[in-house]
Parts: sequence; C-alpha cells; structure tokens
Amino acid sequence: MLRYTLKRLLSLCISLGVASLLIFFMIEIAPGDPASFMLGLNAQPDTIAALQAELGLDVPKWQRYVAWVSGMLTGDFGTSYTYRTPVAQMISDRMWVSLPLALYALALSALIAFPAGMYAAARRGQTGDVAVMGATQLGVAVPNFWFAMMLVLIFAINLRWFSAGGFAGWDKGFGAVMWSLTLPAISLALPQAAILARVMRSALLDVMNEDFMRTARAKGLTSAQTLWRHGLRNALIPVLTIIGLQFSFLLAGGIIIEQVFYLPGLGRLVFQSISARDLIVVESVVMLLVFCVIVVNFAVDLAYAIVDPRLRTRE
Amino acid sequence: MNRNLIIGLTLSALAVIAALVSFVWTPFDHASLNIPDKLQTPNGIHWFGTDHFGRDIFSMIMVGARTSIAVAFVAVGIGMGLGIPLGLWAAARKGSFIDELIMRANDLIFAFPSLVIAILITAIFGAGAVNAIIAIGIFNIPVFARVVRGAAMPIWEREFIFAARVAGKNAARISVEHILPNVMNLLIVQATIQFSLGILAEAALSYVGLGAQPPTPSWGRMLADAQTLVSIAPHMALIPGFAIILTVMGLNLMGDGLRDYLNPRLRVART
Repeated sequence: MLRYTLKRLLSLCISLGVASLLIFFMIEIAPGDPASFMLGLNAQPDTIAALQAELGLDVPKWQRYVAWVSGMLTGDFGTSYTYRTPVAQMISDRMWVSLPLALYALALSALIAFPAGMYAAARRGQTGDVAVMGATQLGVAVPNFWFAMMLVLIFAINLRWFSAGGFAGWDKGFGAVMWSLTLPAISLALPQAAILARVMRSALLDVMNEDFMRTARAKGLTSAQTLWRHGLRNALIPVLTIIGLQFSFLLAGGIIIEQVFYLPGLGRLVFQSISARDLIVVESVVMLLVFCVIVVNFAVDLAYAIVDPRLRTRE
Repeated sequence: MNRNLIIGLTLSALAVIAALVSFVWTPFDHASLNIPDKLQTPNGIHWFGTDHFGRDIFSMIMVGARTSIAVAFVAVGIGMGLGIPLGLWAAARKGSFIDELIMRANDLIFAFPSLVIAILITAIFGAGAVNAIIAIGIFNIPVFARVVRGAAMPIWEREFIFAARVAGKNAARISVEHILPNVMNLLIVQATIQFSLGILAEAALSYVGLGAQPPTPSWGRMLADAQTLVSIAPHMALIPGFAIILTVMGLNLMGDGLRDYLNPRLRVART
C-alpha cells in the first residue's frame, strides 16, 4: 500500500508541476500587458514601466514563474492588479460560496443517483428500469444553465419559494446559505446524477452476474440483502471513479451556474478578472481548480486501493 | 435498425436539415430588428414567437443550428484528426516511452476541468466561434486517443496482424490498413457522443458570451438574452433550450443505437 501511495504521489506532483507550467505560459502569451491595460490608452511609457516594475512584471518570465509557484506553496498567491488586495484573500472569500455549492451538488447527485441506479438494476428490463433510463437520457441532454433558468422560473418567480439569485451570506446562518444554494445545487446536480445513475445501474448489473452473488442468494439472503451487502460494495469501484471525475465537472459547471444565479463565487471572480485583465487572479484560480481536481483524483485512486485490495498487490 | 437509432437519426437529421435549409431559406431575416413586433408568443406568423428585438425566433433557431453543428463538427474533427493517430501510435508501441508519454499527456488533459480551460482559452485569445472550436477540440484529443489505443491493443495480438507483419508491412501501414478499419465502429459511436458534448459545450460558452459573437445567432446566446426576460417571455428561454435538448438527445440515442447496430454480436443475439 505504501509503495502504491508513493507512486501515485509522485505522479500527482508531476501532474501539478506540468499543469502550473502550462497555465503560467498560457497566460503569458495572452495579448495585452496588464500595466498598460490598467493605466488606459493615454498612459506615458515611463508610467507603464514604473507600474510594471511595481507589479513585478519587469523580471524574466522564468523568475516570475518560480516566484508564483513558490508563493503559492506558502499560501501567497500575489496581489490582485486591479483590487490591490491579496489574491489568496479574494479566493478564500469566494471559496466559501463555490466549495459548499460543489459539495452540495455532489451530495444531491449521489442521493438521487444511488437509489435510482439500484432501482433500475433491480428491475432490469421492466417498466421502472425503462422509465429511469429514459429520465437519465433526458438528464444528460439538458444544459444545466438552462435547467437553472427553468428552476428560477418555476420556484422563484412563480412559486416564490426561493430567491431568483444572490447569496445569503454566512452571517445569516447555515440554513439560509443552504437555502440560497439549493436551486443552484439542483441544477448542477441533475446532469451528474443522470450519469451517475447510469454508471451505478450498469456496475450493479455486472456484479449481479458474479458467482459470489449467486452464492449469497443460495445461502438464503433475499435479493435486496444480496444487492445491499455484496453488490453495492463491489459496484462502488466504477462509481467512485465517476464521482471523482464529477467533482471537476461540478467545480467547472459551478462557474456557469454562478453566472445564472449571480453567486459571488470563484466563477464570477474568474469572469470579472478576465474582463479586467487581472491575470494573476485568473491563473491562481485556474491553478487552484486544477489542483483540486488532481488531488481529488489522487484520493479516488487511494480509495480504489482500499475498496479493492487487488490493486495494491498488483503493484 | 433499432428504435434508438431511428429516433436518434430523426432528431439529429432535423437539426442538420434546419441548418442546411437556413442557408437558402428562413421564414424571416434572422438578424432584422422589428421592435413593434417584439416579445410575441408563438403564433401563425412567427411560429416560435419573437425576441426582445422583434427578431423571428424560428429563423434564429434555424441559423443557430448552423453554429452549434459547425462548432461541434470541427471540434470532433480536431479530436479525431489528432487523437486517432496518437492512439494508434501508442498502441503500436505499447509499453514504450512514446506510449507512456502519450498516455500521461492524456491524463494531464483529463485532469483539467475542460470548461475552465475552454473559458481560459477563449478569454486569452478572444471570444469567438473559432476559439470555442479549438477549446472544445483539445479535450476531444485524449478521448479519441484513449478509445483507439484501448481498442487497438487486443487487435495487435491477432493472427492477421502477425500475417501482415510477416508480409513485411511496417507498424504505420498495419495501423492504417488493418487496425483502423477494425476500430472504426467504436470511433463512430464515440464521435456521436463527443458531437453531443460539443453542442452542449458550445451552448455553455456562448451563454457566458465567449462563443459565437453577435449578430451570429447561437442557441446558447439566445438563452443568455432570454435570462433577464424569462418571467415575461418564457418562450424565449424554452425554445432554444428544447432545440439543444432534442439535438443532444438525438445524438446520444443515435450513439446508443449505432453501438448496438454496429456490434454484430448484439445483432445476432437479438435475432
């Protein structure tokens, strides 16, 4: 297990290193210099040069890259060009919106998908199965930002149960925050739940044909007990992979959903920074998102090894 | 032909026909503003109603189909054009340094949240259909590379490949002449799936203003326009939404149907 973990850890570090290089140099080749953008069209060359020096833009690229990466490792993400506040502070403020949203959506998607997938698998080929599969087919085809607009139309504008947008703020309490994140989380969760339900169903169907399932039935367990005790645990491996992958979709999808609901999360921060050419904020947020995805995938790999001991011994 | 394939083909064909017909005919000029007729609900003259500028939504949906299909089509083309050779190469040199390099590079692209990078690319190089195509296309490369490699590896062990080697063909020629035809079915199915994902991605990018720019209509852009008016003119949001859903569902069903249709083993099992 230790060897397996170390090997995965090494590949995690390489991935993060390459990702940081890619993001940094992608931003570097972006046309437009932040200093001249901030000072406007009539700025004098010496003013621009002075601001470049102040922002640390006058040193060679590789030195800036090293400074950026080593800064991030110590929690210093630099200072925003436009707001003149620490980027780390801006990100952590926004994180308190985006992260709960992604986790809420992940929980909802599992909560919908697990029973739906198990139900469909248990009734394979019957009306219930066809209905669930039809619903998932629809679920993967619906753009989540459109679904979000429909939820607003029904539950905020017509029924007035929720507000049409905005974030309650943590000072209003946990309940108020969750309430204001409910519609965004549902719209984010729907397509993911549809995918997860399909994976759950097919993973369970694969497991159901295994000999140990027949043995479990033979020793007197009911089919529900067999499914619960033996089927689910073995079906969890593909399901875990998809949940890991979905986390990245939820973070990225959140960026669009935040636009629909005017949520002050990382997504809105990225868009605001892009239009203000506040590149240090953009690269830091993107790096953070990539970091989260890579680390979650690493955690999924480790979870595999725990769920399926064969993976450990194969190393 | 199975039911999925027929429904999927019909829905996909509808979108393609709408796009093609829009080149020669639309009920109204999709770009002409007609303020007195604004925000009409669907009626006998404007079949899908009009938007806040009085533009005919039916015409915009037809022309918007062009944008969606063109972006998704070229993005799939990029993915196949680069992903298939890479996948074939990796399979031919299985376990070698080049295989490892291609697959690790693929893992890396997979690790990036695709929409974030698409947003980054379009933000850096400017919003527009071409950059949207590139942004979506990049993420199709590892998908095709992986599918081809996975499918090609067992074929390399087969006897007819051995025979081709004995006949003196090199790896590149074997890949093109023997491996590729044998993985083609799988690629067609994957292409329809990536096509539908491309349509969704294009809609999302256009929705946040990073896709096709006005006056080019696009379904995502129409939804962005509809957002603030959803309470007074819900048809402005409903109709482009249905267009996206039906097209994507059509492509997904077509993919499912094709997989069954092209797999002879399943066909025999059915009959």
